[in-house]
Amino acid sequence: MKVRVFVSLKDGVLDPQGKAVEHALHSLGFEGASDVRISRVVDLCVKTDSAEAAKEKGAEMARALLANEVIEDFRVEVVG
Amino acid sequence: MKTGIVVFPGTNRERDMAQAFRVVSGRTPQMLWHQQDSVEGFDLIVLPGGFSFGDYLRSGAMGAHSPIMKAVRQFAEKGGYVLGVCNGFQILTEAQMLPGALLRNAGMRFLSQDCHLKVEGRDSIFTSGWKHGDVFRAPMAHGDGNYTAAPDVLDRLEGEGRVAFRYCTAEGQVKDGDEHVNMNGSARSIAGVLSENRRVCGLMPHPENLTEEILGGTDGLPLFNGIMEALG
Repeated sequence: MKVRVFVSLKDGVLDPQGKAVEHALHSLGFEGASDVRISRVVDLCVKTDSAEAAKEKGAEMARALLANEVIEDFRVEVVG
Repeated sequence: MKTGIVVFPGTNRERDMAQAFRVVSGRTPQMLWHQQDSVEGFDLIVLPGGFSFGDYLRSGAMGAHSPIMKAVRQFAEKGGYVLGVCNGFQILTEAQMLPGALLRNAGMRFLSQDCHLKVEGRDSIFTSGWKHGDVFRAPMAHGDGNYTAAPDVLDRLEGEGRVAFRYCTAEGQVKDGDEHVNMNGSARSIAGVLSENRRVCGLMPHPENLTEEILGGTDGLPLFNGIMEALG
């Protein structure tokens, strides 16, 4: 099954990339843009027919490697 | 003292590190490829700087899961000494052998320049070559050196004398909000930390690159002298 793992910085953790992108958006005229945060998406396949097992596997992989829970949160979706 | 230096794909400061140990001890450390699964017989394991695995995913994230790291973790749990510099520090935090994490530098820039560090760690062979409060110059070269940890973790590090080094001015002033002093934006200007048993140390700047006059100074020598005095 296809699994999608979203990894984003925890609230309150400074995101210099997001800040830089926000400044660039402002200089392009998008003055209303604010709170820009950059996240990461990891798509992968796991060998199982169960959506629940696939989701659990994705979470396991996120905890082990894909996310650093000191600074990041993650969320897992089964996409097919 | 028998020193092992771990080499990951993308490590590039291993020979600088070996040279620093050669200068103080006259002995050449042994290079250890990351796929080894044992670090037996060593007194000190060093994780040097570089860009292990191309900094993919997060700096140090892949290196933290290399086969050798299981052995390094066991070595540390048994009281072995471990030093991580720059990418080595990132690997130690990713492996959760040291608290916190290293984020992208606050100003987004890769910083390749000298900085000044204040020695604050207590009861550690990694700081014993200096007096408490000493200031020394060290080169830095990193993109992800912005140290962060939960406020209670930071309080605990400070309370237990486990902040080994802090960024400061040449005169020893710590200025958290000043980008010319705390250049990467680290929480509480923290440049290096110690583990609970004080035998694992990680820091972002490179004392190994100032250990001979021909390199421009010997400001980094006390790190290696302190280690040598303790471990022989």
